[in-house]
Amino acid sequence: MNLPGYEDIIEDLAFFDDWEQRYQYIIDLGKSIPKLAAEQKTDELLVPGCQSKVWLLSHTKDGVLQFQADSDAVIVNGLLAIVLAAYHNQTPARILAFDIDDYFQTLDLERHISPTRGNGLRAIVAKIQGLAKQAQS
Amino acid sequence: MTAAISHFDIDAIRAEFPILQQQIEGNPLVYLDNAATTQKPKAVIQAITNYYTQCNANVHRGAHHLADEATRRFEQARDTVAAFIRANDRSEVIWTSGTTEAINIVANGIGQRLQPGDEVLVTEMEHHANLVTWQQACKRSGASLKVAPIHDNGALDTAAFTRLLTDNTKLVALPHVSNALGTVNPVKTLTAEAHAKGALVLIDGAQGIAHGGVDVSDIGCDFYAFSGHKLFGPTGVGVLWGKKAVLQDWPVWQTGGEMIARVTYQESTWGELPNRLEAGTPNIAGVIGLAAAIDWFNQFDLTAVQAHERRLLDYATEQAHSFDGLQIVGTAADKIGVFSFLLEGSHPADVGFLLDKQGIAIRTGSHCAQPLMQRLGVPGTARASFSVYNTLQEVDALFIALKKARQMLA
Ligand SMILES: Cc1ncc(COP(=O)(O)O)c(C=O)c1O
Repeated sequence: MNLPGYEDIIEDLAFFDDWEQRYQYIIDLGKSIPKLAAEQKTDELLVPGCQSKVWLLSHTKDGVLQFQADSDAVIVNGLLAIVLAAYHNQTPARILAFDIDDYFQTLDLERHISPTRGNGLRAIVAKIQGLAKQAQS
Repeated sequence: MTAAISHFDIDAIRAEFPILQQQIEGNPLVYLDNAATTQKPKAVIQAITNYYTQCNANVHRGAHHLADEATRRFEQARDTVAAFIRANDRSEVIWTSGTTEAINIVANGIGQRLQPGDEVLVTEMEHHANLVTWQQACKRSGASLKVAPIHDNGALDTAAFTRLLTDNTKLVALPHVSNALGTVNPVKTLTAEAHAKGALVLIDGAQGIAHGGVDVSDIGCDFYAFSGHKLFGPTGVGVLWGKKAVLQDWPVWQTGGEMIARVTYQESTWGELPNRLEAGTPNIAGVIGLAAAIDWFNQFDLTAVQAHERRLLDYATEQAHSFDGLQIVGTAADKIGVFSFLLEGSHPADVGFLLDKQGIAIRTGSHCAQPLMQRLGVPGTARASFSVYNTLQEVDALFIALKKARQMLA
């Protein structure tokens, strides 16, 4: 899966100075991430708590966790790409050590990850962390 | 109460809403989420402040000046509501925490009487408050829930409604106005039809009340439920209106203080209306705030208010017709206040987010009507909803922002 690294995302987003450019970037990211096939979008993979539908597919390979995510909303897809940039192809230990709040704060996107916001990004992160814990034990 | 504004002066009206004066991310706030909740004029905020600064006390019980004054304002509010909805009797006005609780009081009561074979009739356009409540009451009692279909344009299929009314129909529950689509239902004729079959009728007035002119006597229904917060009043207060003959022996809802006549350790008897359905200390400040909201609303010429709201909706609809890729969801001939739509190829959540970035507050999602969204085959909608203080310029702002959203999402 071809995702930009999270350092790249931090660098890219720091470059823009207005909301339009920033969200255009997120939208374009959202469009560029690989989609799940229709038959992969099963109810078991659906992450509850999102206004739009979000599916998260994961597996372990050579000690790292790999993820694929898809949403029917494009901005959520872009945010998923940003989340997965941090978590995809990482060991469970790295995943659990990663400070996602700090990352989103650096990106100036903390409103998307705040526990009060109902877009479910937080639920995705919790799910990924849970999978990492499982993989560790 | 402020002096009457005899003509419809939109700037004067807007000046009464402190919250509307702010900027969101550098843009003036355009508040188009009035079907979720309306903003509060100074008169309401002041009435609540006055209550807490001048006469906070528990009602109906204290033997002192403050308690008398609080009780006076509290009970006067009941008169205000009774007059506003043309109730025959002030004791028919029951304070609740909102529409949801009001519906639950009715469901709790009728639920105890429902039996297998009985039917409750609702419509496909229900808000969850007026669906889940009946669905669960039916499940508990073994009664069946019937659902009157809508046409694709969001209007009720009244012929199907009529067919679904049977001698087994014990209660009909339907919205005065749909919160998701804006459809106005012909509640008076539907009520008459239901009564002819011997059914009780509850109107979910959460949206209907906000546009004024509700006359429960004319509608003829048995219950009318609404929330204060959609009528410029505070949250946490609402009304169940019910015909006295129906309500006076209605099964009690909550039990406790205020609602009783006599209590011994083993037995209690219930008080009279309205107290028998109002257990515990009520939301006194909320009730007083709601009355202030009604007084505030009453100063306007209703015809002018309704004409203004119609103009806003017509203008939005007209703009939509020349906006590529915009599909209006809900095009019933009789429609008020709500402009629900989809942008082709875009999820409503994306549209809502990009509008918010531009200071435009709308709601996106299923609008607490998931089965309705499934029925219409949409993932939800974006919904702009209008109130008296909205302007044609704000409708323009909505479409300018939508244009940008469409361009960004393309
Ligand atoms: C049609 C309709 N019914 C019921 C409700 C529930 O109102 P409340 O949440 O104030 O109890 C609403 C509010 O969203 C509504 O629009």
